[in-house]
Amino acid sequence: MDLLQGWGDEIAHGTLLTMKVAVLSLLVGLCWGMLGALAQMSPNRTVASLGRGFSLVMRGTPELLVILIVYFGGTVALTKAVNLFVADFGFVEVPPLQAGVFALSLVFGGYAAEVLRGAWQSVPTGVIEAGHSLGLGWFVMFVKIRLPLLMRFALPGLGNNWISLIKDTSLISIVGLHELMGLSQMATSVTRQPFTFYMTAALIYLALTLANTRLIAWFEGRLMRGEGRSAA
Amino acid sequence: MNWSLMLESIPALLYGVLATVQLLVLTLVCGGLLALPLGIVAANGRPMSRLPVMGYITFFRGTPLLVQVFLVYYGLSQFQIVRSSIFWPVLREAWFCALLTLALHTAAYTANILRGAILAIPAGQKEAAVALGMRPLLIYRFVILPQALRIGMPAYGNEMISMMKATSLASTITIMELTGTANTIVARTYAPYEVFVSAALIYLCVAWMLSRLVRAIEARLSRHMRPAVEAQNNLRRVPAHA
Repeated sequence: MDLLQGWGDEIAHGTLLTMKVAVLSLLVGLCWGMLGALAQMSPNRTVASLGRGFSLVMRGTPELLVILIVYFGGTVALTKAVNLFVADFGFVEVPPLQAGVFALSLVFGGYAAEVLRGAWQSVPTGVIEAGHSLGLGWFVMFVKIRLPLLMRFALPGLGNNWISLIKDTSLISIVGLHELMGLSQMATSVTRQPFTFYMTAALIYLALTLANTRLIAWFEGRLMRGEGRSAA
Repeated sequence: MNWSLMLESIPALLYGVLATVQLLVLTLVCGGLLALPLGIVAANGRPMSRLPVMGYITFFRGTPLLVQVFLVYYGLSQFQIVRSSIFWPVLREAWFCALLTLALHTAAYTANILRGAILAIPAGQKEAAVALGMRPLLIYRFVILPQALRIGMPAYGNEMISMMKATSLASTITIMELTGTANTIVARTYAPYEVFVSAALIYLCVAWMLSRLVRAIEARLSRHMRPAVEAQNNLRRVPAHA
């Protein structure tokens, strides 16, 4: 491509890495979110307040700061740990990819925990009682009754957090990951054309978020089928 | 944990939070002023004027803030026209670029909230105002905007907190706000836990204060909707109602 001066394939690779990082953070983050939601609903008060505290901290701290804490903190911890076993091993760096995914998954988990807890508590008790009266066991109850409703209630919130997550992956470039944003920075420093490359990156991010918004809307519609008449 | 280091870094961090708050307040004011006409056009404008506004909202909501910051701070300098224009002395300033980007960013989100809030107002409200012979400006001032404010306030509260967090991105273009200050201290002392965790705690405090503020505003905006008994009790409890 002429406009991108041969950086087209690098940017394509960066886009792939961005998507990979986002999906990884989503999967790990959903685990954090489920743990957080379970903790918040725990009858044990200490566990419940730990769960609430987790969400509070993750929602109130800038994503950039979480990434910096995990990256630099992890590097210091890892260096200390390795030097404990191997004297004078020197500096051990946490790879930016792992640090970034871990940090963003924590942030996503903090938001997802709140969404999942809200969704779990929105399942009407009557539905659960109806299930009990039919003699359904715990597993069938969960898979056939709770899960479909849970997904229906949680999807709008999780969808918003997923879109934010896609955009937040750009922050990992600050600790040196060469995803879409990192590669755009690199291309900029070589070609001296910041606007061209940052605008390209912006448009790619825009395409990603718009496509995912459509995907979520489609998925929401699918989950809502069977709920009254089809959308007019 | 090195507690003395944590204590030592706190004055510098508090100085940094001043810049964060300053940036946040200016961002919210400028962004809000910009969002007001944009939100109204997005809700009720003609298709021709709505299209560019919706495009603006979509672009700023759909792209990462970091890209936007870099586009403004580094990107604009690519053009000779910008560099030779009268705005260049301002656009060269990192601080102004951060403010400009954050304001444009929050304006898009705020306009979208406002648009949703205006559309959520029952049509009868506007029709009644028209039937009374009120002019559009008057209808907006006394009928639509006050109600939209109340409907949009919870969402705007979240937006304020997310902008508070977003100011940390100003550190990527050399602004010494809270995150930037923390970053330089870490680079000097190499004690990431102590310094970054202190910074995170300060952010949490600011977020908590913001959420309290929003709750107070919400309560004030919907004071006519509280049950009469409770309102009376409140009046009795606070005789000098400010």
